[in-house]
Amino acid sequence: MITVENLTKTFPGSTGQVRALDGVNLDVAAGTVLGVVGPSGSGKSTLARCVGLLERPDSGSIRVDGTDLVSLDGIALRAARRQIGVVPQGDSLLRQRTAAGNVALPLEAAGVAGPQRRNRVAELLDLVGLTDKAGSYPDQLSGGQRQRIAVARALAASPSVLLADEPTSALDPDTTGSVLAVLDRARAELGVTVLVVTHDMGVVRRICDDAAVLENGRVVEHGKVLDLVSDAASRTAASLLPAVDQNPAAEGSFDRVADVVLIGFAAVGALLPEATSRFGVDLNLLGGGLTRLGETPVARFRVGLKGERADSALEWISEAGGSVRRTLSGPQGVAA
Amino acid sequence: MRSATPWSEVFDQLLLATGETLYMVVVSTVIAVLLGTPVGIWLQLTAPGGLRPRPVLHKVLGFVVDLGRSMPFLVLLVVLTSLTRLLLSSTIGPTAAIVPLSVGAIPFVGRLVQNVLAEVHVSVVEAAVTTGSSTLRIVRSVLLRESAPALVNAVGVTAIALLGYSAMAGVVGGGGLGDLAVRMGYQRFNDRYLWSTVVVLAVIATAIQLVTNRVARGVDRRRTTSV
Repeated sequence: MITVENLTKTFPGSTGQVRALDGVNLDVAAGTVLGVVGPSGSGKSTLARCVGLLERPDSGSIRVDGTDLVSLDGIALRAARRQIGVVPQGDSLLRQRTAAGNVALPLEAAGVAGPQRRNRVAELLDLVGLTDKAGSYPDQLSGGQRQRIAVARALAASPSVLLADEPTSALDPDTTGSVLAVLDRARAELGVTVLVVTHDMGVVRRICDDAAVLENGRVVEHGKVLDLVSDAASRTAASLLPAVDQNPAAEGSFDRVADVVLIGFAAVGALLPEATSRFGVDLNLLGGGLTRLGETPVARFRVGLKGERADSALEWISEAGGSVRRTLSGPQGVAA
Repeated sequence: MRSATPWSEVFDQLLLATGETLYMVVVSTVIAVLLGTPVGIWLQLTAPGGLRPRPVLHKVLGFVVDLGRSMPFLVLLVVLTSLTRLLLSSTIGPTAAIVPLSVGAIPFVGRLVQNVLAEVHVSVVEAAVTTGSSTLRIVRSVLLRESAPALVNAVGVTAIALLGYSAMAGVVGGGGLGDLAVRMGYQRFNDRYLWSTVVVLAVIATAIQLVTNRVARGVDRRRTTSV
């Protein structure tokens, strides 16, 4: 749906040119949610501004449905902007307009008038669950409500892509949930493709199908969230999965120690007990825990095994769909 | 021993001068706002980070505006007599004074409007840009509408400044309250004229402030209380 190819952007800085984007490639399939994450200074904001057509990249392309939007100007650029709904960073509502008036803004620009406009505004207020706030002014709304109105406004002109730039950065955890729910609903009910730029891994955990990790203007990881976390060494896994504390003393008494990532109800519930009974090994959980990515339960455990068939048990877990990584600590290095 | 001018005579003169002053202030405020607002919009659009950044044009325009503002009004009054003659084929009277008053206030209004528009937060403007709105629409529906209360206040500030400037209109036979105070009050040592004009000027300035405050509140849709 939206493809970003080889995007570069350089800014003049105090110590020479600063390369904010250095050949960024992204691909978001129709109807999916991509989370672009990265530390501050990684180029997230620049990427969001480029994709939102507020900043022109030095080179590269941004294609929506195959059409490159980067080189457009004038009326063609304005028309292209309607294909990408933007929830800008920070407070962006017109304070002199009601919630409904704010949602109507893109429709006015698109020349939609009269009952058609009113109906569309009502639909969107319903989508974000703020029908009763139609006549309220932004100053009368909470931060989360304002952000949901901003999402409704971004969706008003029926864009095929929704871009949200740090949509939850100014919100407390409770309101964050309501804003993310609205983004998820936009994808589910309108089939819109969503690109969320955020520093908050919680956003990825809750609504993203795909994730891209940006570092120093480059994409260092890009793929389905569940694929990325199954590689315990990935940055996505490191920040999304439960942490495992190092505890060499406890690990020393086992024949084998390994980190196991389990994805999905079946794997999380049954894999470890079954391995125990099947191979007659003694299996202990040394650390880690359980979390949820979207609707999918995901676990990462550090397990210690005792028994002659410990290796076979680990192999079997790996074949049954768990992701197993043996740690270097423990006596298995000697035994093997 | 000269007897004081009877109050009835002072009152007649005062009424006439008040009419002249209001005429000059109202008409020149309207003209200055109509011509100065586009200057302010232009300044803001061409500013760095504006919707149509044109740094060189912005600097030139800013320089011209500041030049206009630095010109003492008394000098402008005299310098512009040929323009006044061209426009009105007369250089004396209240109507003739309106030309330099308006011209002098245009750069003033331009800067005021620019400052007011610059207060509209950049994320609000960019949000409108991303909706595919034209620059004209953004100026109208976002910049001007969002800053409407402050713009109304700017009109009030302009009107009160012009009330002050209009006192010098006597130089070109414009009449008005300032002229009355100087000619009849100061030069002829007539305290009744001097102090009554001061009172009337103060009343007019206060009235302008009150009215613009009220209108500004009226156009401000922001409400901090919950519905």
